[in-house]
Amino acid sequence: MSIPLHYYLGLSAVLFAIGVAGVLTRRNAIVVFMCIELMLNSVNLTLIAFASFMGDISGHVLVFFVMAVAAAEATVGLAIVIALFRNRQTVNIDEINILKW
Amino acid sequence: MELFDVVFYVFAFITVVSAFIVVFSRNIIYAAFSLLFTFFGVAGLYVLLNADFLAVTQILIYVGGILVLLLFGVMLTSNVINVDIKTGTIQTVPALVLVAIVAGSLSGLFYSTWKDVSAPETSVVTTTPALGKMLMTTYLLPFEIASVVLLVALIGATFIARRST
Repeated sequence: MSIPLHYYLGLSAVLFAIGVAGVLTRRNAIVVFMCIELMLNSVNLTLIAFASFMGDISGHVLVFFVMAVAAAEATVGLAIVIALFRNRQTVNIDEINILKW
Repeated sequence: MELFDVVFYVFAFITVVSAFIVVFSRNIIYAAFSLLFTFFGVAGLYVLLNADFLAVTQILIYVGGILVLLLFGVMLTSNVINVDIKTGTIQTVPALVLVAIVAGSLSGLFYSTWKDVSAPETSVVTTTPALGKMLMTTYLLPFEIASVVLLVALIGATFIARRST
């Protein structure tokens, strides 16, 4: 354990920033999903780094729940994308504007 | 430089480079497969942080579940031969400004707050029994709620994605 804590935190900050860049610039809904998973992974990495360095295992439980919610989110999100693709023949989020008035 | 440091840098490099490929690759199949390497790199970092159970869970859930689901989504919603996913060039500059703000503030906050934390001298033990006990005692109610959330997500996804008749 010779790597200090702020290396792990910096790595997760970089990973989170990459995910933010993807969500903001990509226009394909599935790539946006992948970038959301990247951000969730970076937050999980932060939690595990803190849990490991503080010697408290409660952070691991929180990561466990984050993974469960991420799985549920990916399932429902992809179902919505597939239903939208069936109706509109596109997954480009600029063209999906049926919730606008 | 010890072996531990080398392993950390290798996993960090794999994670960051494959995350870049996920975001900036024009081909959505390449993005999906490089997400695989990101997940494996993060799982390796979990192992370095003594989170053995969560490393295996990461590979099982993310690679075995979410990534396969994403690949199915890719193949159901796009013509694999003619992959056309454009990056919205209009929003690139504001997006980069926002990303710079996010990355800078996060890194500055982490660096200024947690700079001098040294690693605890712990003996490497497995976390699985302690995690199981916590899930069955202290965190029993969130555990049950998570199971309900997963059931609702399963039913809801089936309902949304089915062909409406």
